[in-house]
Amino acid sequence: MTGTADPKRAAVLASIRQSLGRGEPSRDARRELDDRIRRHKPNLIPKRGRGSHAEQVERFVAMAESVAASVERLTRDTDVPAALAAYLRRHNLPMAVMLAPTDWLCDLPWDTQPMLTVNSGRAGDDDVVSLTPAFAGIAETGTLMMTSGAAHPTTLNFLPDHHVVAVRRSQIVGAYEDAWDRLRKERKNGRGFDLPRTVNMITGPSRTGDIELTIHLGAHGPRSLHILLIDDDPA
Amino acid sequence: MEFMQARKFKDNAREAMADRNLQSALAQLKGGFIPRRQEAADRLPEFDALRDRARELKDHVLANLDVYLETFEENCRAAGGQVHWCATAEDARAAILGICREAGARTVTKGKSMVAEEIHLNGFLERHGITPVETDLGEYIIQLAEEPPSHIIGPAVHKTKDQVSDLFLAHHRQYGKTVRQTEPGAIINEAREVLRQKYFDADVGITGANFLVAETGSTIIVTNEGNGDLTQTLPRTHIVVTSIEKVVPTLEDASTILRVLARSATGQDFSAYTTLSTGGRRDGDLDGPENFHVVLLDNGRSAMLGTEFQDMLRCIRCGACMNHCPVYHSVGGHSYGAVYVGPMGAVLTPSLEGIDDARHLPSASTFCGRCESVCPMRIPLPKMMRHWRERAYDSGASAAMERWGVDIWAWTARRPWLYEAGARLAVRLLKRLGRGRGRLRRLPLAGGWTRGRDFPVPEGRTFQEQWRARRRAARPAP
Ligand code: SF4
Repeated sequence: MTGTADPKRAAVLASIRQSLGRGEPSRDARRELDDRIRRHKPNLIPKRGRGSHAEQVERFVAMAESVAASVERLTRDTDVPAALAAYLRRHNLPMAVMLAPTDWLCDLPWDTQPMLTVNSGRAGDDDVVSLTPAFAGIAETGTLMMTSGAAHPTTLNFLPDHHVVAVRRSQIVGAYEDAWDRLRKERKNGRGFDLPRTVNMITGPSRTGDIELTIHLGAHGPRSLHILLIDDDPA
Repeated sequence: MEFMQARKFKDNAREAMADRNLQSALAQLKGGFIPRRQEAADRLPEFDALRDRARELKDHVLANLDVYLETFEENCRAAGGQVHWCATAEDARAAILGICREAGARTVTKGKSMVAEEIHLNGFLERHGITPVETDLGEYIIQLAEEPPSHIIGPAVHKTKDQVSDLFLAHHRQYGKTVRQTEPGAIINEAREVLRQKYFDADVGITGANFLVAETGSTIIVTNEGNGDLTQTLPRTHIVVTSIEKVVPTLEDASTILRVLARSATGQDFSAYTTLSTGGRRDGDLDGPENFHVVLLDNGRSAMLGTEFQDMLRCIRCGACMNHCPVYHSVGGHSYGAVYVGPMGAVLTPSLEGIDDARHLPSASTFCGRCESVCPMRIPLPKMMRHWRERAYDSGASAAMERWGVDIWAWTARRPWLYEAGARLAVRLLKRLGRGRGRLRRLPLAGGWTRGRDFPVPEGRTFQEQWRARRRAARPAP
């Protein structure tokens, strides 16, 4: 099933080549296609994915709110514990949160919120609220990009009923392509770069249109998505 | 005999047109999808330019499909994934069964996958002692109803809320749910609760893929519910069932097509969840599948390259063509009797299964051109339907059908397209409705026949054979 000796692989490739009316592509032809991948040029980036950073931040907020995410602006990351506790109280939620096990979140002043039970790790079925970082926020559609890893288990993005995301202003980019560029840079290795097991692009809370085509929130994933936008980069 | 069949067809077609549930569901579809897509397109000034770029990009991929697939495989393997090349549906089923057996799987959860429908995976797994659980709400509904999907993105779009309430009441007693829920929110919540445990219990999670990225060896799914993500994150093994034309060179290329996909499909700017999966769980990861398999299906696609049907391989399964099709609006998806329905199905099905078996599908068109005008990949659907008609005519495959038309015409004069749609589609109805199972709970065109009994699925191919089987079955059960 792997390797070039697999007869089914050979049959599919041969059928493609026969239909295209050519044999194996030449080395030059392959190099050209490899180069196209290496250059990974953007095709067409819509205007709404461009503009000043300040504009992108405003667009990110507006777009996220348009898909039923809520956005709260904080001036310092040390405000996160109090903001989270207030959010839970506002929505009548249990005072407990499962944090993504990143130093950044775990080292916040949680002791200022004695009523709040704070754990970190992957999500289980009983976790009602998670707090995770994001890799980037993408303005053009109000999309959060999450990368999986030891510090960010994917289950935190999907199992809890309420997903709270802390993202810094400086992480907001205009277009999807800008986020890919950042990801390539951050995950550079000998072969070029590698992606984590999972990259989640999340745009609003879970929803379904499968009952009479009317959109309802909270299908299988989180019923609410709350974004804490932290001002590390005053405009 | 033929006169009888034609006359009987009229009764059935009349019943379909008079099926209030079906008609109200179809009316909702028309009123929902069309304006939403238009509004999404209007919000993005570059929408049409993006369609052009998406088309160019996919044409480039198809001209170099072998190389991009090899690159995808190389990068997928480098990330720890395995690629299983499959020439036929049978190869794909065997590959999936092999992986499931290796994983010791008893139950598998499934995200929505049209390729899984194409290879009739559920019935096959069941016959091999593995229980598939659909987790997309629409797929779950039709799995309970034992029906095939009637739409490529809204598989249960033919079901009214009341019908779903009844289905859930009948099937969820075993979970202690004995109240008939009628509010959409409560219905959705009940499915959420019932399915939650299934994600944890499953040994294998199967999803489809909207794209394969050659650059990174990743597969991409685009969903709204989050079921696909739970399906692929919680079990030990993740199988992606997909097909060869889904590859794109780079993340930038995927982004270009993503910009037209959701807007064309549901009128959203972007779906709630776009997820890239690359290999299995990494060192230190606290969750995610250990094993990652990509089952890569050809099933007739490579043979479409270099023919007048090559353009069909640009299709990204958005559903816009059926959402805008007057024939689909009137007869619904099941009438096509195929996995792929609407205009895209009318072109694709004969390509995948041969024109003899599907000769009537390309005639399910008024040639109004709306499908092509909304297709994000600018696929010339009416032109290709015409090609198929010519081929069917040349091969003599359509001769018998023409005779029925004469009789039906008198009744359908007010709706000439119905003759096209119905007469040629009904043939395939019974064969496909069974989805590889033996019995049907309900036939959309013959509710009266099945109200009180299940219906055995005929194996035959022609209308005549199927009809005889159906008449036999309609008599009191033996
Ligand atoms: S043919 Fe075009 S409109 Fe129809 S599903 Fe495919 S991409 Fe969408």
